[in-house]
Amino acid sequence: MTLPADAATAPIVEMRGITISFPGVLALDNVDFFLRPGEVHSLMGENGAGKSTLIKALTGVYAIDSGSIDVTGTSQVFRGTSDAEAAGISTVYQEINLCTNLSVGENVMLGHEPRKGGRIDWKAVHRLAAEHLEGLGISIDTRSLLSNHSIAIQQLVAISRAMVLDAKVLVLDEPTSSLDRGEVEQLFTVIRDLRAKGAAIIFVSHFLDQVYEIADRITVLRNGKLVGEYLVKDLPRDQLVTKMIGRQLDDLEAISSTAARAIDRTDTPILKATGVGRRGVLEPVDVDVFDGEIVGIAGLLGSGRTELVRLLYGADRADSGNIEVAGTPAKMTSPRHAIDRRIAFSSEDRREEGIVADLTVAENILLGIQARKGLRKIRREKQDSVVSEYMAALDVRPADPDMVAGNLSGGNQQKVLIARWLATAPELLILDEPTRGIDVGTKADLQKKVAELSEQGLSVIFISSELEEVLRLAQRIVVMRDRKSIGGLDSRRFDLDGLIEFIANQGEGSAA
Amino acid sequence: MKHRLFWPVAALVTLILINTIARSQFASITVRDGRLYGALIDILRQSAPLMLVSLGMTIVIATRGIDLSVGAVMAVSGAVALTIIDGSSDPNNLGVVLLAVVVAIVVSLLLGVWNGFLVSLLGIQPIIATLVLMLAGRGVALLITEGFITTVNSTPFEFLSTGYLLLPFAFFIWVAAVVAVGLTERRTALGVLTEAVGINPEASRLAGVRSRGIIWSAYAASGALAGIAGIIYASNIKAADANAAGQFIELYAILAVVLGGTSLMGGKFTLAGTVVGVLIIQTLESTMLFLGVPPAESPVFFAAVVVVVVVIQSPRLHRFMRGITRSARSRGSAEPSEDAGVAI
Repeated sequence: MTLPADAATAPIVEMRGITISFPGVLALDNVDFFLRPGEVHSLMGENGAGKSTLIKALTGVYAIDSGSIDVTGTSQVFRGTSDAEAAGISTVYQEINLCTNLSVGENVMLGHEPRKGGRIDWKAVHRLAAEHLEGLGISIDTRSLLSNHSIAIQQLVAISRAMVLDAKVLVLDEPTSSLDRGEVEQLFTVIRDLRAKGAAIIFVSHFLDQVYEIADRITVLRNGKLVGEYLVKDLPRDQLVTKMIGRQLDDLEAISSTAARAIDRTDTPILKATGVGRRGVLEPVDVDVFDGEIVGIAGLLGSGRTELVRLLYGADRADSGNIEVAGTPAKMTSPRHAIDRRIAFSSEDRREEGIVADLTVAENILLGIQARKGLRKIRREKQDSVVSEYMAALDVRPADPDMVAGNLSGGNQQKVLIARWLATAPELLILDEPTRGIDVGTKADLQKKVAELSEQGLSVIFISSELEEVLRLAQRIVVMRDRKSIGGLDSRRFDLDGLIEFIANQGEGSAA
Repeated sequence: MKHRLFWPVAALVTLILINTIARSQFASITVRDGRLYGALIDILRQSAPLMLVSLGMTIVIATRGIDLSVGAVMAVSGAVALTIIDGSSDPNNLGVVLLAVVVAIVVSLLLGVWNGFLVSLLGIQPIIATLVLMLAGRGVALLITEGFITTVNSTPFEFLSTGYLLLPFAFFIWVAAVVAVGLTERRTALGVLTEAVGINPEASRLAGVRSRGIIWSAYAASGALAGIAGIIYASNIKAADANAAGQFIELYAILAVVLGGTSLMGGKFTLAGTVVGVLIIQTLESTMLFLGVPPAESPVFFAAVVVVVVVIQSPRLHRFMRGITRSARSRGSAEPSEDAGVAI
């Protein structure tokens, strides 16, 4: 492959011809990857494109089948993460692996505590930790417990830990997925600072905006193969997306007609919640959803979106309010009550509250109907037909029903969860952040699917942090802020700026 | 990919081979009076109590739990059965024995229900919840026998452990139990729902699985199975010994489950693996007798073999071995470089 013109700087990491296969899957096929000092390099691709496999090869988690890895000109064979760390490659994982029950200082210096007379010199530990943190522009009490700090601070602590290891290469895997806007800025300031000091940084994120804001160079992977390496300034977004998914993306345009669809609101609503709340969690909220309607819930993280739908579903108990399903009062004190009334809920936390990781894809899809049915096993033929029907409908990839669900990519796990619920023939589907951490192509697929289902009469409550998505899909939007509803709006009368303005300012003086 | 029972079965076969090589009559089976005799047959007979307890333990472990009370339940069960038989006018009456057995099993089932209540409804950690009964159970058993070791002579009762129908009757009991539990778990959805609850309790709850009932039933089953084990134990020694019955059996049962390949983390379980695990432990016990390992040294011998079997099955060891062969391969195909193989 040909390198871009400015490739004069000698790469600090050279990965050539990397191939890694797992049983039945060629995860990486002869991929080259070059990382230069003083650059932020973004690795892009859909779920399952091979981004994380490549990172795991570089950080010593996976052994490579063939190919070579050179770091600062020296050929390396990584037998484990400690080999990679010794070579100067440090990773901050998506799920931060720090000890939240230790102090900030202990975390920063863990394993590298300065000693005095054979014992750990705690004063020096905290002094050094504070120095490292100040190097990143944060001054916090290093003796405070890590769990008392926000995810953003924990993220920065993880980075300063990498600095202690004197990392030349810093791998950031989805570092911003649970940060708010201000926290992202803080992180980016640190990243820019490190780049200026000559560190080579790999930045993996699903947020295109952030990639374009921070990255200098982009390597695109698709289906385990290298598509190419580009300078960010030479690669417009639409071209990037096209390269990632290998097709043009007009699909999303087609969806936007959904929001404009007229909904008949004269009938009895499928769900009518009046004053549903729980002390200390959510102030009473009214919501109603009609047949075939998509109601979006917008608001920032922590605004009460998730809390609201959990109360509607009976995942948590409401201590005030009434819920009517199709006109008859419903007692929602357990998920089973909701399921009996044909309400389905897909949680925002796929891994902890959605997928049963060690079961197969088929078992996961069948779990919903099997749980409804009780102990009588679903007949084999029926199992097969349900599984193949919904796997095809949602295009779960790979199309292997016997694959362990935990091995699927996030987007496909989400599809499996939606398949599980659709198989139960729900009348109302609650989707909490169904597109979080999912690549562009799958996102479009999921949105299209939701639009399609609603046209067939399914009612949907749709939560997303991405307001464009909510505006595109929902006919009405309930806006939440500070654990209460600050208003319901007709999405046809709002554009993105209008909605942001509403979230930011509405209700300050004019709370309804 | 190797079958997941490969290593447990390999360990069992190796044990039997070693025994046979050491003394060839280990594997010999003779027929006398229409009955099969031999060291292997003895293993099948003696496995019964541990087998029954381990079956229940497998299901409980699959739900992410543990049942420490099984030994104590065995003691209570034996005490109940023998007290009923001892108190009757005719200990040899089949009806009396049947009544004793049924009452003992029902009592054990109730003890299991109690454990399940503590765990599933009150949300007490399984290890603590069952520890209560583990400590209190033997006291209850002593209360029932009024502090004595109740002994009886009852031919129908003794038949349970020492009787023969070509093969030992106790063998048929545990085979029946394995088949019954296996059918209940795998022919119905109970097995997969149990695994779902064990793997991810919250996801299962949100998917509408009645996890409370499933966990509860696991402890109830464990109690009932321990009850049957207690009856067979009491039948074998013709006595209800509240202190010795099922002593440490909870630990051996946990070991059998793990040897069989079910993870203590809960979730996926294998009953066939547990059967093999129990047979490994029982064969090992016989081996020590057979090879004449002095009683004082037998725990060391036992521990050594268990360590070997567990290490062979360790997934980390397998990954490590794969890593070595894989990096050797990639080193071979990479361009020759002086320090390519040097670990840093």
